[in-house]
Amino acid sequence: MSPQSESGSAFDSAYNFAFLDEQTKRMIRRAILKAVAIPGYQVPFASREMPMPYGWGTGGIQVTASIIGPDDVLKVIDQGSDDTTNAISIRKFFVRTTGVETTESTADASLIQTRHRIPEKDLRADQILVFQVPIPEPLRFLEPRETETRRMHALEDYGLMHVKLYEDIAHHGHIATTYAYPVKVAGRYVMDPSPTPKFDNPKMDRMAALQLFGAGREKRIYAVPPHTEVKSLDFDDYPFELPEWQDVCAFCGAEDTFLDEVILDDRGKRMFVCSDTDHCSERRAAGHAGPALFDGEAAD
Amino acid sequence: MLGSEQPILSVDNVSHDYGRQRGCAGVSFDLYPGEVMGVVGESGSGKTTLLNVLAGHLTPSTGSVRYRGRSGGEVDIHRMGEPERRLLMRTDWAFVHQNPRDGLRMNVSAGANVGERLMAIGRRHYGNIRGQAVEWLERVEVEHGRIDDLPVTFSGGMQQRLQIARNLVTGPRLVFMDEPTGGLDVSVQARLLDLIRGLVTDLGLSAVIVTHDLAVVRLLAHRLMVMKDGYVVENGLTDQVLDDPQHPYSQLLVSSILQT
Amino acid sequence: MYVAVKGGEQAIENAHALLAEDRRGDQAVPELGIDQIKQQMTLAVDRVMTEGSLYDRDLAALAIKQARGDLVEAIFLLRAYRTTLPRLAETRPVDTGAMRIRRRISATYKDLPGGQVLGPTFDYTHRLLDFALAAEGAVPDAPEAPQGDDGTMPRVSDLLANENLIETEPAGDDGAPPPDLTRDPMDFPAERALRLQALARGDEGYLLALGYSTQRGYGRTHPFAGEIRMGAVEVEVFVEEIGEAVVIGEITLTECEMINQFAGSKTEPPQFTRGYGLTFGFCERKAMAMALVDRALRCRELGEEATAPAQDEEFVLAHADNVEASGFVQHLKLPHYVDFQSELELVRKMRREIAEGRWAEGEAADVAAE
Repeated sequence: MSPQSESGSAFDSAYNFAFLDEQTKRMIRRAILKAVAIPGYQVPFASREMPMPYGWGTGGIQVTASIIGPDDVLKVIDQGSDDTTNAISIRKFFVRTTGVETTESTADASLIQTRHRIPEKDLRADQILVFQVPIPEPLRFLEPRETETRRMHALEDYGLMHVKLYEDIAHHGHIATTYAYPVKVAGRYVMDPSPTPKFDNPKMDRMAALQLFGAGREKRIYAVPPHTEVKSLDFDDYPFELPEWQDVCAFCGAEDTFLDEVILDDRGKRMFVCSDTDHCSERRAAGHAGPALFDGEAAD
Repeated sequence: MLGSEQPILSVDNVSHDYGRQRGCAGVSFDLYPGEVMGVVGESGSGKTTLLNVLAGHLTPSTGSVRYRGRSGGEVDIHRMGEPERRLLMRTDWAFVHQNPRDGLRMNVSAGANVGERLMAIGRRHYGNIRGQAVEWLERVEVEHGRIDDLPVTFSGGMQQRLQIARNLVTGPRLVFMDEPTGGLDVSVQARLLDLIRGLVTDLGLSAVIVTHDLAVVRLLAHRLMVMKDGYVVENGLTDQVLDDPQHPYSQLLVSSILQT
Repeated sequence: MYVAVKGGEQAIENAHALLAEDRRGDQAVPELGIDQIKQQMTLAVDRVMTEGSLYDRDLAALAIKQARGDLVEAIFLLRAYRTTLPRLAETRPVDTGAMRIRRRISATYKDLPGGQVLGPTFDYTHRLLDFALAAEGAVPDAPEAPQGDDGTMPRVSDLLANENLIETEPAGDDGAPPPDLTRDPMDFPAERALRLQALARGDEGYLLALGYSTQRGYGRTHPFAGEIRMGAVEVEVFVEEIGEAVVIGEITLTECEMINQFAGSKTEPPQFTRGYGLTFGFCERKAMAMALVDRALRCRELGEEATAPAQDEEFVLAHADNVEASGFVQHLKLPHYVDFQSELELVRKMRREIAEGRWAEGEAADVAAE
């Protein structure tokens, strides 16, 4: 939370601000604008090779790099946490190439790059959320051919998507999709919300912040503009439902957050804690406490 | 049936070439509601090409195919937009392939195969979709206990009946069939033909059936076209053509069947 | 997440220090020089330049050193560096017909103008470990090649083309610039120029396996190695200011032209078809495999039915790039506990329901309702 620099003064001048050259940034911004204009539509873009491996967030990094400015305050999370190694690695990359201020606080960030989670705290209109996306095509595992999936999107031919959900119910009694749960954006395009857990789907719906999705290896950018309807696909008699936990966060006692399971020993002892670390510590600072802090058993 | 009604399908001087290779040439006919047209000929005669042109899978080199919808208006099926054509294909029309693998999704259950067209036209009630799937499986004599099984576990005859159910679930008016009994045992063929005849009659379907098997058209078709080298060499009422063929090729076709 | 991952930043730094130490190895052994890699690991350098899409022997050698000899990692390093380079000019197409030949062989003719030139090949070495190499020693000079008559070596495909026995390559100079895979995303169906670009950058092992599969009958193309040539070609840039092309340097290329069977059709007399492979440096195995796969991918345009993996354009091209493939396979190392947690909860819930008999009843009711 300590400022790394004053307004982007100190960054590695061997590279252009935010690594990408200005031409490339403009190309990506054009793709972003198109994506915002057609919510949920996957815009092909000329993804560049980045100094991190494909599959490790290169799409999100390119989106962030082309919209970040010296006055931005950046937060990077992976699995909801600021402290996972890849989040650290991406944050360091931007500190080195832009010198912008970074933060772990959701409220203080103007730009949040994320993998697999949406922060628990409601985002505001002056914030942008950038998702790292591995496979942007929601129809990919039903129809591997790009030529065919593009046609299906163009013709709004989405019967196959419901075939998958039908099969889930027929075989499991449930829609057995728990993450990367397909959504329909603004009543038109079916979209993969990136592999966020379906727990986060309702947060996407009419979110005040702009949501941008970057898939580097697959060379696609898509977007959900602010206040846009995002509806999870379902059946009338098997409506979309949120996962339920039997537990609360062991640290802050939250009952309404996404929980990670932590295994404490090899005899089945476990506890559940908030996946959003910033949210959890904020709650604790405000005086909330969970069971682990009472019995002292699982304290770190 | 040939009274004052207007044709459901009007085929006008349709030709299709594959480069310099002739597919079919100068085919014209009208199909009326409730009528079944049989198309016979040996392989390479152009009958399958014609069927694919009629069903909108191929674009004709010349000529037109017009379809009269439920509201009475006519559309040229090769001039309409792709979205409208796709909608037509999954609502008013059905296409039964010779090989059920071409017409089924082999990696999803029988129930999902039947339900897909319903979901594609926006049905979103799982219970109702499943209910209709059960109903249709029974109608094509597939035990409803098999509803969650994959088509690969079905026999050839069952797969073909499943394909028919998948096609008819949206209540189409016009059915195209490409050798629907080809590749099946004789006893299975007979049962399937019986089933198709019953469905066509009960549902008042119009159909175009392509086959090399004269027994199939004898049983199902009201009218018959005989094709050779891409051209229709003879057409008329089925019994007339089969009992008193005029064209030498038709005579050959009929006599060769009688001899075997 | 749980506190277990706190301290990630320190862990990363420590890992990098350990990596540097392991790369260097025993400090008592002299450090490997970039010039040594450049001079003595030439084929590794060639492969890294080819799949890294950047012709620079020094940078490729540096990448190999930094990557501890992991060539896919070295290719990745070179690609990431390439991203930062400005594009100053576009070269004119190189003329491999005017190549200064170091190796040139044809499997289709016993002898031909210019002759067969074996060059520096492993082909006829016996693969016996040479223990003499374990000791350092001078290598005797190779004999000088005699100067050829006029030094011309026409391409085998041109010889066939003179008789109209092989399809003519479309001139390609129809005014439209060729697509550029490094500037625009892949678009299916891909035209041949785009396919060849993807194959040239593609992983050698992957193309080798695919090319091999066509020989074993998965998309057979009846190939003959019409010609393989390796040597130096001049690279030219057209300079607007002086109004002419200027030679900016010389690069080594390996080119393979496969000659494949084609039955002909009613409109076209029987003629041979082509498959093409081209690499930086001396990557003969890659160039040959590339030519096989190029020909297999032309099935659509040549009216052949696509039945084999090597003929499936989307499959072949979408998975050819080892920087993409390596990244995505290895991203499975990244934490996925949020996704996994979601699955875990669902499996537990379903098992609970089965234990409570809810699901079985539900299904029974479902069927009974019909």
